[in-house]
Amino acid sequence: MNILLNGTAHELPENSTARDLVIQLGLADKRLAMEVNREIIPRTTYQEHLLCDNDKVEIVHAIGGG
Amino acid sequence: MSEPTNLQDDGFVIAGKTFHSRLLVGSGKYRDLEETRRATEASGAEIITVALRRTNVGQTLGEPNLLDVIPPSKYTILPNTAGCYTIEDAVRTCRLARELLDGHKLVKLEVLGDKKTLYPDVTATLEAAEILVKDGFDVMVYSSDDPILAKRLEDIGCCAVMPLAAPIGSGLGIQNKYNLRTIIENANVPILVDAGVGTASDAAIAMELGCDGVLMNTAIAGAKNPVLMASAMKKAIEAGREAFLAGRIPRKRYASASSPVDGTFF
Repeated sequence: MNILLNGTAHELPENSTARDLVIQLGLADKRLAMEVNREIIPRTTYQEHLLCDNDKVEIVHAIGGG
Repeated sequence: MSEPTNLQDDGFVIAGKTFHSRLLVGSGKYRDLEETRRATEASGAEIITVALRRTNVGQTLGEPNLLDVIPPSKYTILPNTAGCYTIEDAVRTCRLARELLDGHKLVKLEVLGDKKTLYPDVTATLEAAEILVKDGFDVMVYSSDDPILAKRLEDIGCCAVMPLAAPIGSGLGIQNKYNLRTIIENANVPILVDAGVGTASDAAIAMELGCDGVLMNTAIAGAKNPVLMASAMKKAIEAGREAFLAGRIPRKRYASASSPVDGTFF
């Protein structure tokens, strides 16, 4: 299936969870926050959260800023 | 003899937590994370602002993270809504920050109105502040130096109001001392100057006016030697605070001799 990850098309195996996605990206142990279709997905629920075709996923982290 | 002489005892409270450093710093515009770490350390700041942006998916494996060099275990992280021009974007950013930082409630709200000046959109700022306060956030809010607006933001329940001294990143220094004074005199929450400081004397002036603190980024990160400037700012903030507490002499038009007139032998 295809999702839109941070504004770019991204391919994922069927039935992937939010947890599968962060593992696939090598971000499993990173401090980040995720939104799927504008809804925040709490880190504690990544394992249960099934992603769907065409989901719009945003993964954000902290960077330098004033 | 019992006047306070030890700044260690001179804390200020934001959202129930006492802080001793009145210098708050941003973490943007540094050359690299090592410079960020060293300048932040040299500033003595306890509250550090960060921005939220998309993770670069792909090439960032193993790359050090900002929060590795300014760990939340050591610093109070203040996520900002920089770059937000709408209420929706600002509120969304704060909610993501809360998730990112494990339920952390302290945020710096800024809703910008114009790319050229980066002045706040004050009506949008008021609305966003209201939403965030209702949502349980502790809101430190970037505002213009308007005393009425500052009071409204306090009334909404913001835990600190942060008027600009001059446009963000401009380094123009304190442009409207009298407005800042008025804001400070009327306030029941901490007032921090946010934005506009160019060099150490600007920071000292802000503190001499009675501000509770100063938040800056570019003045340090953009200096030729950011680590040295961070140290200078730390001293300026402390000097300005001490001068404010000490109470300056009144200004006089004419001289007043420092040496006694009596006892002269000439």
